[in-house]
Amino acid sequence: MVKKGHLFSFFAILIVAGVIMAMIAQPIIHNVKLGLDLKGGFEVLYQVEPLKAGQKIDKDTMSNAVAAINKRINVLGVSEPNISIENGNRIRVQLPGVKDEKRARKLLSTTANLTFRDYKDRLMLDGSDLVPGKAKVGFDNLNKPLVTLRLKDPNKFAKVTRKIMNENPNVLVIWLDYQKGDSFLKQVNKKKHKFISAPSVDSVLNTSDVQITGMSSVQEATTLKDLLNSGSLPVKMKEIYSNSVGAQFGQDSMKETLFAGAIGVAVIFLFMLFFYRLGGLIADITLVFYVFIVMGVFVGLQAVLTLPGIAALILGIGMAVDANIITLERIKDEIRSGKTILSAFRAGNHRALPTVVDANITTIIAAAVLFVLGESAIKGFAVMLLISNIITFITSIYGARLFLGLLVHSKLLNNKPGLLGVKRSDIREN
Amino acid sequence: MKTDEKMNYKHYNKFYGRLDFMKFRNVFFTVSSVLIVLGIISLFVFKLNLGVDFSSGTRVDIQSPTNQTMPLNKVVRSLQKMGYQTEEPVLSGAHNDVATVQLRQVLNQNQVAKLRSAMQKQFGANPTISTVSPQVGRDLAKNGIFALILASIFIIIYVWIRFEFLQGLTAVLALIHDAFIIITVFSLLHIEVNILFISAVLTIVGYSINDSIVTFDRVRENIKLSRRRLATLQEFGDIVNLSIRETLTRSVNTVLTVLFPVICLLIFGSPSIRTFTIALFVGLICGVYSSICIACPLWAVMKTKYVASRKKKRTVQVQN
Repeated sequence: MVKKGHLFSFFAILIVAGVIMAMIAQPIIHNVKLGLDLKGGFEVLYQVEPLKAGQKIDKDTMSNAVAAINKRINVLGVSEPNISIENGNRIRVQLPGVKDEKRARKLLSTTANLTFRDYKDRLMLDGSDLVPGKAKVGFDNLNKPLVTLRLKDPNKFAKVTRKIMNENPNVLVIWLDYQKGDSFLKQVNKKKHKFISAPSVDSVLNTSDVQITGMSSVQEATTLKDLLNSGSLPVKMKEIYSNSVGAQFGQDSMKETLFAGAIGVAVIFLFMLFFYRLGGLIADITLVFYVFIVMGVFVGLQAVLTLPGIAALILGIGMAVDANIITLERIKDEIRSGKTILSAFRAGNHRALPTVVDANITTIIAAAVLFVLGESAIKGFAVMLLISNIITFITSIYGARLFLGLLVHSKLLNNKPGLLGVKRSDIREN
Repeated sequence: MKTDEKMNYKHYNKFYGRLDFMKFRNVFFTVSSVLIVLGIISLFVFKLNLGVDFSSGTRVDIQSPTNQTMPLNKVVRSLQKMGYQTEEPVLSGAHNDVATVQLRQVLNQNQVAKLRSAMQKQFGANPTISTVSPQVGRDLAKNGIFALILASIFIIIYVWIRFEFLQGLTAVLALIHDAFIIITVFSLLHIEVNILFISAVLTIVGYSINDSIVTFDRVRENIKLSRRRLATLQEFGDIVNLSIRETLTRSVNTVLTVLFPVICLLIFGSPSIRTFTIALFVGLICGVYSSICIACPLWAVMKTKYVASRKKKRTVQVQN
């Protein structure tokens, strides 16, 4: 006789789980953070070098640099930037979805040290004399863009202008990122000079508002304003690796990979059904749970989904199926040796467990090593592999055992080894 | 013979039942040795086709916005006109709509911007450009090899604790064999090695050890069941054969389920992870072969020698 209570629990759990999955599907899909290989965008790896001789690159300088970069990225309005320190003196900046790469790169790597110098390149004023966050873009009466600044101390400006007024030429040269060896006199006759502008000073200016003219476009003025407002970088940053992915390219990669994965998983489902019948169906059900839980945990950890991450997910499915196969094969063995379905189920699960655990732990070891040592793309792969392996324990071992157990205990399978893919002729007579 | 009886009792699959893995062990050992020698020669002659990830330079991918075949020659010519040395231009994608060209130079910020706008103007597509300086490439390769060694050591320790040293050793030998065969295939076919290659090799390391462990797990169990002191190669060989046959359905089914998605990724997947999928494909097949045909027979041979040497020692001691 079939016990209806167990069958009822079986379907009840299935329906409840199905409803929960239907409810969380949308939030999961909407909250998946896509890496730039899927979304398009660009990443740069900077080598941090000292700005002045004798400056030490330690943890503090690095975190100050990261803070300054963060401020600049806020200006760009990138929704999911990712900034990480690597190897102690490298900073990786990932900006998925950035449209204007040129501007972003300039904004990121410019040290943004504003200095005011005389014609002999002697330092008059620098960034520390400015009121932070007060730079603005404006227009002069010819409708040319300019940037206005606010100085902390008008008296100091008066002093500087008095000094400049008496020099010949009486220019106040405004430099962005003045480097040793740069010279106003050498640059002034060039068509494209390195300094921003060099206004002449005819009178003592006792004011706290300063205007910088000489910008060729509104965009240039806006970039300068943004740079000044987010503060100068405490270090010099050298680009050592860069990668930019076209948005179309990224989207296509994702579509193709997901499509391939879907077909692969469909083939697995059919294969399992064909080979293990009811056991295969239960394996397939737990696989669906598996994908949902893995994605849920992944999104919950705010991990970034990359192409290798998708590959790891698809591979993880293969490994989760392996756990099912090992268990189902064991159960089949036990049935063939003449045991009843119930005792075969118990013995099979019991004997398969250590094998599955050993097999998964070795993969977890490899994934953990990758996670610790890997960088960005590999790390994404490792995170997914780790999550996959751990969730496999839950779904493919305990989930499958629960579901198959309910069916076995309901006595539905009694004397029907065919439902688990065992031929009657293969069973040894006792 | 006793073991034969047991085999008949436990054995059911008519096809697998006749396979004798121990009999052909020397064939397997020879095939693998030849492959490894071939690999070493290939590494010297053809070397590895290292992508920009591991060397230095710039990689440019341009995808046709209209899904049409990219004019590769045109791309190469216009890059050369800009003064760059081009290497390994290839077309990929379902419609040959992605052109990939490597440049020897490490482009700076301005050059990237210029190249980008030039390509956009000429082909209407926003290219994917990545640059790697020599230092980064070297660090990446070093890190990858370090990760491989570290993972291997941890795995050996784990297998040693859970099983026995000789099984750990042969399992790891099989794993190194697999990793090396992947590298050989990449060298022979001149497929570009990039950063994803390392993750693929490491995944295979996990898989290969996985296969070996499932089989050794059965060996361990069958030794216990036989309740005898095994000594000869015949006896160990019988246990190995029995264990392989018993786990063969699982081994084949598992590798098939993992191969399905890999083959799908190979056919339909994005070209940017092709390296990864090729490495996995080769590695998976290698992994099954090496755990069944190398690790287990090798263990039987080594174990017999070990038992014999122990016995000899004991006899010598008794005589004294």
